Amino acid sequence: MATARALRARLSARPERALRGVSAGWALAAGAFVVVSTLLGLALGPVDLGLGAVTREVLSHVPFLGVSSPFSGTEDAILWELRAPRVALGLLVGAMLASAGAAYQGVFRNPLADPYLLGAAAGAGLGATIVIAYDPGGGLDLRPIAAFAGAVLGVGIAYLLGRSVGGSATTTLILAGVTVAAFLTAVQTYVQQQSAETVQEVYSWILGQLETSGWSDVLILLPYVAVSTAVLLWHRRLLDVLAVGDDEAASLGVPVARVRLAVVAAATLGTAAAVAFSGLIAFVGIIVPHAVRLMAGTSYRVVLPLSLAFGGGFLVLMDLVARTVVAPAQLPIGVVTAFLGAPFFAVVLRSTRGVGP
Amino acid sequence: MMLHAERVAVELDGSRVVEDVGFELDDGEWLGLIGPNGAGKTTLLRAVAGLVPYAGSIRIQGDEVASLGRREAARKVAVVPQIPVIPPDTTVLEYVVLGRTPHLRYSGSPGPRDVVAARSALARLDGAHLVDRRLGSLSGGERQRAVLARAVAQDATLLLLDEPTSALDVGAQQQVLELVAALRADGSITVLSAMHDLTHAGQYADRLLLLDGGREQASGAPHEVLTEQLIARHFGASIRVIRDEESGIAVVPLRPRVESGQPVP
Repeated sequence: MATARALRARLSARPERALRGVSAGWALAAGAFVVVSTLLGLALGPVDLGLGAVTREVLSHVPFLGVSSPFSGTEDAILWELRAPRVALGLLVGAMLASAGAAYQGVFRNPLADPYLLGAAAGAGLGATIVIAYDPGGGLDLRPIAAFAGAVLGVGIAYLLGRSVGGSATTTLILAGVTVAAFLTAVQTYVQQQSAETVQEVYSWILGQLETSGWSDVLILLPYVAVSTAVLLWHRRLLDVLAVGDDEAASLGVPVARVRLAVVAAATLGTAAAVAFSGLIAFVGIIVPHAVRLMAGTSYRVVLPLSLAFGGGFLVLMDLVARTVVAPAQLPIGVVTAFLGAPFFAVVLRSTRGVGP
Repeated sequence: MMLHAERVAVELDGSRVVEDVGFELDDGEWLGLIGPNGAGKTTLLRAVAGLVPYAGSIRIQGDEVASLGRREAARKVAVVPQIPVIPPDTTVLEYVVLGRTPHLRYSGSPGPRDVVAARSALARLDGAHLVDRRLGSLSGGERQRAVLARAVAQDATLLLLDEPTSALDVGAQQQVLELVAALRADGSITVLSAMHDLTHAGQYADRLLLLDGGREQASGAPHEVLTEQLIARHFGASIRVIRDEESGIAVVPLRPRVESGQPVP
């Protein structure tokens, strides 16, 4: 990608600018991406509301512009009761998964780390499976609560296990996460096999979906995402210092253990809240931060904010594909993120290869 | 007095790695730590930097290292590790600015003053032309310059070097050591370094401390420590010490005497 190469060359030619964080150009690009994907997500679907009409409808809510809404009552309901909450959920979940992935990669100095690294996915999967298997069609939807509790429990056990073993902090913690994930997945599979009639439902939850019961889900998720991304952004420069290793970071005056605990806790809590509503959407936490790194630079003062924006927009677009290609049926969004995300990432990877060292 | 260490002992995984070591460093002095592999040089340096717990006392400008906060310690002591972790995509300037970390708030960003400090640190090390380069594209000597510049940007008065030349060719080794000597020239930086090349240790350090088995075996001026007997005893090496009027001391390894055509093991 010639543009990416040129941008990178410009970035490296102005190191002072790179030191300040996200450049104006990238901030603009990220903002535009979010706006465009949001408008597309609102306009398109089984009922095509029209991009221009949606834009006018949205602007009609801005005072003093004098724009009048073109929509009837039904269209208005489709837009604000069905699509808007779903798009908002996509933005929140995508932003959360992408920034949590970037943070995990920084704090563990492992490019393959993802938001589910420490057993969050396995824990959430177990929680949701138990509810689906033993309380199918219960009046109150307990899945989000069970998934959230499972994710926090999984990471909590992994963290305690890693700490009790000691040793080199990052590797031990990752191994503890793998161990806990294997165990919880085994339990989850057992529970799933016990009630064969709900296998289908468990499976589709695990592949992820963004169906909402309206604005209430969004409002429950919002504070979690806001707090946890704020904590991650707060630590973005310290993640750059951690890139030189625990020992050197400590010799530069960074309280390494405290920073790692704060970042892991924030990323995990946010991820747990996101998967509670979205299921296990794979891959976003890996490809979005890496695509940002390849195109805009490797400093976490660039990677974290841009992952937040591009992750949100990306998931909205993926959800758009998930609910339109086989309409009126829907594809699990996890399938779409992997199916379209993987080739996209391969292109980014190939076109930027040779730019770095 | 820059550094006063007394009866220092360090235990790692239950075994004593450093035992009853004591030394002093005056402002602007260069003390070289020598000793065979596993003698405890690196561990002693880490204790001085406050990176491992120790028994005894290590005071820097009167403050006990163990009671300093991480940030305070990092303002007094800069460390150049033996094998620095090099993020390959980071530019030299970004990397050197990391040295400003102990002078920033917890979540603070480096400002123009920090960039100026980083640039001048690089300039002091003849590395001004490297600012825009990525670390992954540097040669060994250039990379070591960037690492030293990061330590200089840290604005600490005590510089700890752990075998700073171990991965470099002989030319780059000399350059790096000359740069350290130049940094020290105005007396504002005190150096404590572990050194594996005994000739360099003899030529650059003001005094040497010989460690073996975690204990101090000898200390004093280079010609007092670099003797054929001490080196034979603690390194198991045959050497000859040559004293040269111009450059001081040189330690030349000798091949052990060959008898009946077989090298002596």
